[in-house]
Amino acid sequence: MRCAVASLGLLAAGVLAASGAFAAGTPAPAAAIVVAEDAWVRGTVEGQTGSGAYMHLTSSEDAQLVGASSPVAEHVEIHEMRTVDNMMHMRRIDRLALPAHVTVALDHEYHVMFIGLKHQLLPQQMVPITLDILDAAGKRHAVRIEAPVRPLASSGPAHDTGSSKATPHG
Amino acid sequence: MDEAPSRSSLTWKLALAIAAVALVSALLLTGRPAHWFGKPEPVAFHGRDISAEHWTGAFSLVDSDGKPRSLADFRGKVVLLSFGYTHCPDVCPTTLAKFAQARHLLGVDADRVQGVFVSIDPERDTAELLRAYVPAFDPTFIGLRGSEAQTDAATKYFHANYQIVQYQGNTLVDHTAATYIIDTQGQPRVITPYDQSAQFLADDILALLKNG
Repeated sequence: MRCAVASLGLLAAGVLAASGAFAAGTPAPAAAIVVAEDAWVRGTVEGQTGSGAYMHLTSSEDAQLVGASSPVAEHVEIHEMRTVDNMMHMRRIDRLALPAHVTVALDHEYHVMFIGLKHQLLPQQMVPITLDILDAAGKRHAVRIEAPVRPLASSGPAHDTGSSKATPHG
Repeated sequence: MDEAPSRSSLTWKLALAIAAVALVSALLLTGRPAHWFGKPEPVAFHGRDISAEHWTGAFSLVDSDGKPRSLADFRGKVVLLSFGYTHCPDVCPTTLAKFAQARHLLGVDADRVQGVFVSIDPERDTAELLRAYVPAFDPTFIGLRGSEAQTDAATKYFHANYQIVQYQGNTLVDHTAATYIIDTQGQPRVITPYDQSAQFLADDILALLKNG
């Protein structure tokens, strides 16, 4: 599972490079402010109109994720999921802090939510996502990534706790 | 002088008697011999043991073929049950994926486990959608739904909760994310948190299959 995650991350990074964000020889200011790794999208069955995208984001400077969009969905939102006394609550958030050089996981507590999917998401498809980043100077950056679709039944890295040793009792 | 061996012999007999009582007690308190007396041995679960709560009441939902279902239908199997909705991006699919992993971990006992997903968003989770969604995790799993009243009765039975929230133009569903483990007699026995490992789920299922 971890190998697959790593290779998918490389794939996502490769896509970023190919899309020009990391083009060789490009001066430093043109490099993407935020790098996305391990990005993936949960596949759907026909008729499902929602899904989620998961990734790890690292910003080169203090910034915030303030939105996202994708051609596969009517709306894309940043969601926060909280579980209190076994009750799961999910809400949209307007911004997610991305402190400089800190990898922020959007894989469980936070995720990118697709609402109003325009078509079924099948494994191996690549989903373009544009992340709306606001830097400390108030400038907006559109960071484009592509995330592969994984089967509906996939567990994210945060849930890769197949061994009883890996999960605390409770 | 000739009293001493007699006293020593008595001490030995007493020691043997104590040892015998200890052995019998140990057999009674632990291991299979408890079953000879029809006494189920206490089972330690990773999840919260709700055996003593003896939940009562009834509920009836329908499967994606429209067939009425209740817990009695699954007698003889240990049931893993969770509430959720197909628009749920994370917790619900992760829970169902874990059910499938737990079933896989049980090997030959996998056929004695039934995964059940109860929709708390029956308006959007049509029978057709559940029929496509639930078996995507494991072909043996069953999706159940019902009217609002039936859904309410089911959540009430499981002391669970859900709330459909209209938030910024979206329909969001807050719900109990726990997993319920139901024994082969249809009695809910264990509640586990949503982030329980597949191995711990498998351990608890096995404990119920072995010890009832």
